[in-house]
Amino acid sequence: MSNPTYTVIFYLFAAITVCSAAFVVFTRNVIYSAFSLLFTFFGVAALYVFLSADFIAVTQVVVYVGGILVLLLFGVMFTNSIMQTGQKSEVTHVVPGTLLLAGIIGALLYTFYTTHGWMPSETTMQGSIVERIGFETMSRYVLPFEMVSILLLAALIGAAFLARFDKPGK
Amino acid sequence: MEQFTTIGLNHYLTISAILLGFGLFAVMTRKNAIVVLMGVELILNAANINFLAFSKFNGGMEGVMFALFVIVIAAAEAAIALAIVINIFKLFKSVDVSSIDSMKE
Repeated sequence: MSNPTYTVIFYLFAAITVCSAAFVVFTRNVIYSAFSLLFTFFGVAALYVFLSADFIAVTQVVVYVGGILVLLLFGVMFTNSIMQTGQKSEVTHVVPGTLLLAGIIGALLYTFYTTHGWMPSETTMQGSIVERIGFETMSRYVLPFEMVSILLLAALIGAAFLARFDKPGK
Repeated sequence: MEQFTTIGLNHYLTISAILLGFGLFAVMTRKNAIVVLMGVELILNAANINFLAFSKFNGGMEGVMFALFVIVIAAAEAAIALAIVINIFKLFKSVDVSSIDSMKE
């Protein structure tokens, strides 16, 4: 697809995703990290739309932004006192971490751009995939679907049990 | 120039590699347990971009279904991890992962 508008919008969302992810990692303030993660999740959801996975994009917004990010913010608020202004997080092992960052990104990009081995299928995915997800969930993936629902129930009950307040006098 | 204007598989893999690197950096260098969890979420998002990109250019549904299950597991993981972090905060009055060095109260 070499439509110029498509390309420009793709690069816009890619820049939003990468810049906000960099801000999550490099800022020292925990609250700033959490709010920057919001933009990362929205950018990734937009990239999912480019990959013609619209249902996954909506799920990403609902689950990550509506659930996981709220949980993370709740954790930030709960484990720092609200009145404490400078909620700085200490850093450690900066030099090995930077080496790892540069090494991972450099090695992966070198591999991607020096091997010309990708041969896309003749039938790349086009249009909406909601109907196909429904068929796949209820046919080939019905056992993993049920297993993951039971896992999610058990995990949520376990989380509520772990995080509850102890009754005084017990 | 053709390589930059035609959005192909390599563009998505590049974004995914950058997100993976940032996530690993956060997990490795941060002392605050919640920022470490944010790094884990970045890594999971990078994996999801890879799954969906390969699924798009392959034409099959396997990557899409796997991405859906990864999102569900990520939700369960975040809930459990936050519960553990809150318990650690109750015991140690801190979420600094390098100061948590005892296994019994």
